[in-house]
Amino acid sequence: MYSASDLRKGLKILWEGQPYEIVEFQFVKPGKGAAMYKCRVRHILQGNTIEKTFREVDSFAKPDLEGRELQFSYEDGGQFVFSDPDTYEEFRVDGDVLGRNRLLLADTMTVDVLFYNGKAVEVTLPIFVEKVIVETEPGFKGNTATNTYKPAKVEGGYEIQVPLFINEGDNVRIDTRTGEYADRVAKK
Amino acid sequence: MTLSPKAALELRSRLLHATRSFFHERGFTEVDTPVRIQAPAQETHINAEPSGDRWLRASPELQMKRLLAAGHEKIFQLGPCFRRGERGDRHNPEYTMLEWYRARADYEDILEDTRELLAHVAGEQTSIVYRHQRIDLTGRWERISVRDAFLRWAGWDPVAMWDEDRFNVDLVEKVEPAMTRTVPVVLADYPAPAASLARRKPEDPLVAERWELYIGGLEIANAYSELTDPVEQRRRFEIAADERRAMGKEVYPFDEAFFAELSAMPPSGGIALGVDRLVMLFADASDIGEVLAFRD
Repeated sequence: MYSASDLRKGLKILWEGQPYEIVEFQFVKPGKGAAMYKCRVRHILQGNTIEKTFREVDSFAKPDLEGRELQFSYEDGGQFVFSDPDTYEEFRVDGDVLGRNRLLLADTMTVDVLFYNGKAVEVTLPIFVEKVIVETEPGFKGNTATNTYKPAKVEGGYEIQVPLFINEGDNVRIDTRTGEYADRVAKK
Repeated sequence: MTLSPKAALELRSRLLHATRSFFHERGFTEVDTPVRIQAPAQETHINAEPSGDRWLRASPELQMKRLLAAGHEKIFQLGPCFRRGERGDRHNPEYTMLEWYRARADYEDILEDTRELLAHVAGEQTSIVYRHQRIDLTGRWERISVRDAFLRWAGWDPVAMWDEDRFNVDLVEKVEPAMTRTVPVVLADYPAPAASLARRKPEDPLVAERWELYIGGLEIANAYSELTDPVEQRRRFEIAADERRAMGKEVYPFDEAFFAELSAMPPSGGIALGVDRLVMLFADASDIGEVLAFRD
């Protein structure tokens, strides 16, 4: 259990049955009154933030959160199977937890999986992944403008907007935080 | 504009010097009572730092009142005080407090002293800029009663219906943010249960003669017409002791010398002013650490 005086930026707490992270924190203690903790908290599963003033008497359970570094193994009927590279223990993750990022997974890719109450709730891919363009309109030779985009499809079926000079067969780098094209990878 | 650490300490030194000279010029006696004490005041929300078989003082209040009882009429003290667990952008567990007391005076006299002190330490400045807000220090100060402030900004009257928890939360969430920042604000006449060492107002016993000074949103000082009735004082400490016990907090021994001498204390006014907060104002500092030589 945490007491209110343990609150600090970055602490993860269970409050009203929901897991939150403290993102802003201010200790206040007016006059001879009780200590209070004006906080902005982020719901760990939903991502939204709210303001909340906690009191000295408030206490919080520690949310059952665990992060593990796992390797992608294979897909099995809408579920994605990851394994611990040391113990070979396998973990199944529902496709909707991955969202569109499921299309960017690759064999043996190492990802961070966040488990809440033993269930995977978030999968964080490496910030950049490299993919080959399998479908796009032909590029215009010599057009190196980076501010005009066209649709493209990469191996695995992921769709992005790429600059006009990108061609089928090119290797591109995708930023998994935004889901967008980041850069062209020089051919080896 | 943020001062360099060196400039902040130099400013702090000037303010300390101006404060001392203000009181010496007015015939106050500077006292330094013990920092390690046997019995802190019993206040529900103030936690003293243990020091061996004693405590570090959270305030020199009880000792200074014993000096009033012993016949001193105008006394002041500048020195370190300690409050366990109070750490934030406006709090450091060790901080510098200025307290002064006047015999045969009340909280109105102390308010006059406070205006004069502010004008004195400000020197030729009549205003300061704190957090992009110009504050006129030497003109009219705003004064509002706790009752009126809560009726206006929180929609209820804590004097008529005391609810400590609601009072504390609404004070920081609704009342303090709504107070003007262009002039100093005196929030006066607290509900009697919110002033453990102040006397009740003779014409309105539901409120205690206590005010708090806010400048630029910073709480600077707390003043009382002091309670001189030892029976009433003991009763209030016993209530606080019960509340502390119920919250699982340490209950402090009662300072029997203080109770024994309290009836000899003349009617007096007194105040505790946070010196670090005062320096923060003049230094335009948002964090107390900017005006301390070393932070805890």
